[in-house]
Amino acid sequence: MPRLWRLEGTIDTDVLAPGFYMKSPLPELADHCLEAVCPDFARTVRKGDVLLSDANMGVGSSREQAAEVLKYLGISAVIAPSFAGIFYRNAINLGLPVFTIDESFMRTPSLANGARVKFNFDAPELLILDNATCIKLIPIPDFLKELILDGGLVPHLEKRFLQEGSHS
Amino acid sequence: MITLAKKLLSDASGKANLDVGDIVICNVDLAMIHDSGGPRRVKPILERLKRNVWNKKKIVVVTDHYVPVENDETRAIQALTKKWVKDNEIDNFYDEQGICHIVLPERGHLTPGLFCVGGDSHSPTGGAFGAYMFGIGATEMAGVLATGSIWIQTPETILMLWQNQLRKYVTAKDMMLAMCRKIGMGGGRYQAIQFAGETIRNLPMQERMTLSNMAAELGAQAGLIAPDETTIAYVEAAGGQVPINWRDFQIETAEETSNITQFDAANLSPQIAAPHSPENSDNACEFRDTAFDVAYIGACTGAKYIDLLAAADVLKGKRIAKGVILKVAPASLRDQHRAAEDGIMQILEDAGADFLANSCGICAGYGEDRLADGQVCISSTARNFKGRMGAQSSSVYLASPYTVAASAVTGMLTDPRLVMED
Ligand code: SF4
Repeated sequence: MPRLWRLEGTIDTDVLAPGFYMKSPLPELADHCLEAVCPDFARTVRKGDVLLSDANMGVGSSREQAAEVLKYLGISAVIAPSFAGIFYRNAINLGLPVFTIDESFMRTPSLANGARVKFNFDAPELLILDNATCIKLIPIPDFLKELILDGGLVPHLEKRFLQEGSHS
Repeated sequence: MITLAKKLLSDASGKANLDVGDIVICNVDLAMIHDSGGPRRVKPILERLKRNVWNKKKIVVVTDHYVPVENDETRAIQALTKKWVKDNEIDNFYDEQGICHIVLPERGHLTPGLFCVGGDSHSPTGGAFGAYMFGIGATEMAGVLATGSIWIQTPETILMLWQNQLRKYVTAKDMMLAMCRKIGMGGGRYQAIQFAGETIRNLPMQERMTLSNMAAELGAQAGLIAPDETTIAYVEAAGGQVPINWRDFQIETAEETSNITQFDAANLSPQIAAPHSPENSDNACEFRDTAFDVAYIGACTGAKYIDLLAAADVLKGKRIAKGVILKVAPASLRDQHRAAEDGIMQILEDAGADFLANSCGICAGYGEDRLADGQVCISSTARNFKGRMGAQSSSVYLASPYTVAASAVTGMLTDPRLVMED
């Protein structure tokens, strides 16, 4: 059952993808994801888990590995009251769902670290199974939804080029 | 009246009457990439897409991150970069000429009205020239290189309105650190920030570049400054092509800009930002008696010609304090040559400075000069996140080149006005 990772404080791109390991291949970089704030994360995160962070998630550099490692580690959605712009774009272009949550929900007690959750992309919403709470997330424009559903910008462009090709 | 951001996006997308939040596809006039996020990352994606670059004349490649190479890994990155540039017949290749955000305008690539993307988070620097420029990751860059276009969500504009004159030894960097404190690092929420007012109009281009550069630290997508005669003079001197309609981009304010923050330049003192965030800033005098190990004048933010000049102004005829080191990495080779011609490099050397390559170097935590365990640094760079410039246990204070130089003289964090006679 997917669980919620509740991160506190500012999560910057150096915390997600530490500069020192940026030369390394993705799996090695992923081993160090979030280690400065949550040393067990990379070792214990499971496929489908959801990340909930405080405001301005992913602030910092343009390195897309910050989003890529999360996708690689199996995170199914990143939720925050606000995102740093480049991180937000990178996540969508890599096909990692990122959703904004109304700040007032952040105080919901059941949104706790380790809560059993279910993320619903279409709604979009986050179900907390422990006490059957449903938290509505802020919808995104159809264009961005399509990009994520295609699996990110590269598969999206592949699809487009294929269609263009079949016309010519 | 529309905002400058909307005007630039309308021109790039061919769509009039844009509303905030509208997603449009824009044609890219220029794409800048560097050795770290560039060829080595976009090449495999372009291969997967089976596409060549859309327009080799509109691509600029700069090596500045892994410079100088320190091992086989970084040597391989530079070799790959050079090969990719050659294979794709890209003429605009600047190898070890300085940091991308400085090299780009100094070689005349930026001019008012352009729509540009850069593979680096400080790409908003281009906004100082009245161009819409923002940073993107490698996947998006590959998409741009393949198609020549990119999606963008029309941003809101936040106006930073600066009135009156800066006092002596107070700079654009101090203005920026004050803005970081006032609106916070997430304060920009990915809007377009526009810097306007009398103070801005009186700033030379390299100071304006410092503001636009650190729009990234305010969380903005772009950091725009409306072009004026100062802009045009710079672009012409750099050999750039000034569009005849450049006055169309002289949009400083708009009725629809509800979000205006006002500042009084005359009341601003030199600022220092404490570890580990640029928003931890305060008047420099609040930090007196704070010791440090390394003074660093470097980066696209703080080692341009004008920054070297400021440091030399303080260091002329003085020596740095015992027990501290001063490292200077001029932001571009051209600026370094100009500084050498003007005697600035000599002044810095006589004061006890060590020189590093014209590259990102310690600012990005690269190279053997990066901060060691527990070291404290006062730096003219843009970011002081934990561990950014070296060891996790190192810490960084941010300030203007004047303040960094004055601190190097006393060995303690120092308001530059305290070491100057006038
Ligand atoms: S000097 Fe620093 S801030 Fe500027 S591009 Fe290089 S790493 Fe980024």
